Amino acid sequence: MNAAAAALDAAQVWAWLGDVPDPEIPVISVVDLGIVRAVEVHGDACVVTITPTYSGCPAMQVIADAVTDALHSHGVQDVKLVNQLSPAWTTDWMSETGKAKLHGYGIAPPQQQVIDISGLRSGLRSGAQGVKRQAMPKLEVVCPNCGSVHTQLTSQFGSTPCKALYKCLDCREPFDYFKCH
Amino acid sequence: MDDKVTHQKFEYLLRMGDNALILSQQLSKLCGKGPALEEDMALTNVALDLLGQTRMWFSYAGELEGQGRDEDDIAFLRDAHDFRNCLLLEQPNGNYADTMMRQFFFDTWHYFQLLELAKCGDARIVEVAQKSIKEVTYHLRRSGDLVVRLGDGTAVSHAKTQAAADALWSYTGELFKYDAVDQAMVDAGIAPPADVVRAAFLEHVAEIFAEATLVMPPADAWMQKGGKQGAHSEHLGYILAEMQFLQRAYPGSEW
Repeated sequence: MNAAAAALDAAQVWAWLGDVPDPEIPVISVVDLGIVRAVEVHGDACVVTITPTYSGCPAMQVIADAVTDALHSHGVQDVKLVNQLSPAWTTDWMSETGKAKLHGYGIAPPQQQVIDISGLRSGLRSGAQGVKRQAMPKLEVVCPNCGSVHTQLTSQFGSTPCKALYKCLDCREPFDYFKCH
Repeated sequence: MDDKVTHQKFEYLLRMGDNALILSQQLSKLCGKGPALEEDMALTNVALDLLGQTRMWFSYAGELEGQGRDEDDIAFLRDAHDFRNCLLLEQPNGNYADTMMRQFFFDTWHYFQLLELAKCGDARIVEVAQKSIKEVTYHLRRSGDLVVRLGDGTAVSHAKTQAAADALWSYTGELFKYDAVDQAMVDAGIAPPADVVRAAFLEHVAEIFAEATLVMPPADAWMQKGGKQGAHSEHLGYILAEMQFLQRAYPGSEW
């Protein structure tokens, strides 16, 4: 409760939010994941803008509650959450710290830039490139257990929408891969 | 914007949302019943994406309507004739070739439709489309892969996949059959012209079918219609009976 006595500043709020874990992957914070998009401080009040990872992500309400609870616990009573859709969340926003933490937790972090949606600007023909089978990039996914690149996709979807299932052909361990999005 | 155009936009949003909702509900029925664990997870994850997209369409529709309805009211408190999904989405899950062919036809339309909506003249629709298309790109890659794998698989999987394509083909025409609502949205700078999306759809289906060694039914075949205007097949009532049971039996109950 003592923090509220000092003037609230955005950097402090960001630091607090950096301790709020993602409910599905608790080693990584909602800030590392890129879910928190903006923090605005107006006197004692705070507006936090969050964005969903996937449209149907069932964790969004839990995340919103966790952010509110965290700020309450630091003495910020007036917390407002804004849910923002645009620009759409991308794994490019995941911090390097976040990627390292994922790796340490046994989840291979995203290996490349986002899927190509360049067709959004340049019309249908090139837009179709995003779904051409021949144009699919060959991903090199590194096994988080042994570091081998000798890995294989077992399932395009894993335990959550944001992950795919892989197996390592060297150490034979299955693992989660955090998909580029 | 006058009332008529607002109402037509509301209808258009219902069509987008109802397509996603009904397919999501159909896929959720397969939870725990997929032909393999990986497929089971994929089906339910796709269902979840579509449900999230439904919420975005319906919450905008509800705001536009201005009657205080939220996305749950729109999903759970309408009867079959008020649903605006295309007939394709309410077709039964059938065997896995049927399920994946329905998915592939829908994903292909959905992808090219969203690609256009993502740069249309309504900022809110642009946001929803840009969010959704990232998910739908992944859906289409997956359903295209499976159509190739099943079509170019064994003699049995090939036969079943061809049968699924032949049976479902007549439900694809409705996606491009524009009525007054669609045309009003074209005029308002929101909906793409039907021909643009249809040409992209036919091209992509032809490419995947060629690789899958499947025969593509003729583009000018006779086509079913009616879903967008609320004239549904017998299947929708059963889908809604299950989906809406809780709100019908215990009105107003919440989690």
